[in-house]
Amino acid sequence: MLWPRLARALLGKPLTDPAPPVPQETVAALGERLAAAARTRLGRSLSIREVDSGSCNGCELEVTALQNVAYDLERFGLRFVASPKHADVLLVTGPACRNMTEAMQRALDCTPDPKWVVAVGDCAVDGGVFKGSYAVEGGVGAVLPVDLLIPGCPPSPEQLLEGLLALLEAEAAPAPK
Amino acid sequence: MTAAALIRTGAPQGAHPFERFLLAAGTWAGLPAALTADPSLAFLGMWAEPGMVHAAFLEEGANAVLLASAPAESGRYAALSPARPGAIRFERMIRDLWALTAEGAVDLRPWLDHGRWGLEGPLSGRPAAILGGEPPQPEFLPAEGEGIHQIPVGPIHAGVIEPGHFRFHVQGELVVRLEQRFGYTHKGTLSLMLGKPARAAAAFAARLSGDSTVAHGWAFAAAAEAALGVAVPPRAVALRAVMGELERIHNHLNDWGFVCNDAAFAYPHARCGWLREGVLRACAAAFGHRLMMDRVLPGGIAPDIAPGGAEAILAALEAVERETPALMRIYESHASLQDRVVGTGFLDPVLAARFAAGGFVGRGSARRFDARRTPGYAPYDAMVPALAVEAGGDVDARVRVRVAELGTSISLVRRLLMTLPEGETLVPLPAQAGEGSALIEGFRGECLAWLRLDEGGLIRAVFLRDPSWLQWPLLEAAIEGNIVADFPICNKSFNCSYSGVDL
Repeated sequence: MLWPRLARALLGKPLTDPAPPVPQETVAALGERLAAAARTRLGRSLSIREVDSGSCNGCELEVTALQNVAYDLERFGLRFVASPKHADVLLVTGPACRNMTEAMQRALDCTPDPKWVVAVGDCAVDGGVFKGSYAVEGGVGAVLPVDLLIPGCPPSPEQLLEGLLALLEAEAAPAPK
Repeated sequence: MTAAALIRTGAPQGAHPFERFLLAAGTWAGLPAALTADPSLAFLGMWAEPGMVHAAFLEEGANAVLLASAPAESGRYAALSPARPGAIRFERMIRDLWALTAEGAVDLRPWLDHGRWGLEGPLSGRPAAILGGEPPQPEFLPAEGEGIHQIPVGPIHAGVIEPGHFRFHVQGELVVRLEQRFGYTHKGTLSLMLGKPARAAAAFAARLSGDSTVAHGWAFAAAAEAALGVAVPPRAVALRAVMGELERIHNHLNDWGFVCNDAAFAYPHARCGWLREGVLRACAAAFGHRLMMDRVLPGGIAPDIAPGGAEAILAALEAVERETPALMRIYESHASLQDRVVGTGFLDPVLAARFAAGGFVGRGSARRFDARRTPGYAPYDAMVPALAVEAGGDVDARVRVRVAELGTSISLVRRLLMTLPEGETLVPLPAQAGEGSALIEGFRGECLAWLRLDEGGLIRAVFLRDPSWLQWPLLEAAIEGNIVADFPICNKSFNCSYSGVDL
């Protein structure tokens, strides 16, 4: 029952959407932040550790959707890993909740250099609607050094993909003079 | 006197549609004994405001919601946890947020407060500043025996999920005790809602738990409308239900796929992900947002469904309906998958009833409750959904409830779209005082919202109760005696919200 379906899937066209275009100004800005040494070290592949610093879980739903067959993140050499120790990118969602501050800092400390921090979603950008709460420091930038912001509430998988592809392009680009 | 009769001796406070009775502290103190003697009054939740404690109950026979309050004299009130174990976490939360202490409570360890906010009792009206110092280490309940060791997991987990800490006590492969420690995603949501008009505060209800944004948004809106005596246009009522059912469908598909994935069975996961993506794209085409966030507003919905939206939704649902039977056959006919789900994470129906667990957690353990049927609300009074109940209590039973609900929800959406009334979708709200509550069935169970508005129509007191409050403790019970490696699949079959209970 399963085998004929698998065979059909093998012979049929993939369900996956084409890749979205990548904004070149973002690529240039990211390239400037990345040393040439890091560029050769990372290659055209990134391991991502997702860290939820207190989101409503809306961002998690869309980050998860990135891995479905429509977006198929792994075709770009981007994959989610289970530990910050294996990661090149910390992808952080949610406002920086005070109860998560220590865990976020520890996750950053365990992530080997060179590394990126990507803040995903309006809450991660500046605290979003939770700005000013006694329980929230602000955006992720209040706790971790952020390299790339992907706004949206939540950002759609296309927007997430655009941002992550910009990271890859930045690595591939020649070192800024 | 039954517990319900005892509550009704209090002074009615004019709350809609469920009345709230104000009891003297002494009468409230008689509640635990009355509740112990009368198991038919289900505990739904507990919250507070400065100097006052509130509780919500469900009369299982009469299917009426009953609200009770009592003053917390000198910051103390009688604990309900000795009679209703579901009250334990609420009492811990009330102490952390409102600085009110439950006397005779089963457990008074901190819950949401990790000692990192710089203040104590943030909602108490006069929070005390805390200066410096190391946050205290959490204390976990002990487990004793030969060869027992602990496995700490989290707050950051290995998957793309929310943060929380799980402390396992393990003997060999078997889990002897699981204890959860949450609060990591506490955002001070309730404090941010105070003093705002209902429509401005709706954004917070929509972000209590993103996967239930429609359900919580609807519950909050319905509570505000009940408080203000506002009637919602029929078209908005129907479209709320369309969005609510679409939310149920996309989440059930997600959970079904992920349960299979946690058993390392990739095919259903891939197909469910694809079908769910189709539903989300249809939601975006129809309502302008994939998760339909901020579409339900107090007074109706906005914007109206887009031209072509209904067709997009029907096409996506057609694909789901076409493939579900084949996916179910694959799910049922692979021993490697069945071996992981059948008998795993058994939740005793007695416990499910004792905690009044809602959603697929309760209905997977034979609890016959669905808020759309009882107490019921529009538009489901005109199209009562079938009740999906399984008696198995295991991971498989919870999956089967979801799959059965997929079919029910698809036919509901079709009927709703076919009979969609014409007219406006949003009416203005008067700025006036009132108190209201609502119970709306989200994908994981009933969402309870309660609020009180002052003369200016601003929120004076509010509480949003996610169904996970009464389901998380049951996961601790269901995992007992299972192997550690089965925790992810058990956890996914419950799929409780962290943000929803962390507030």
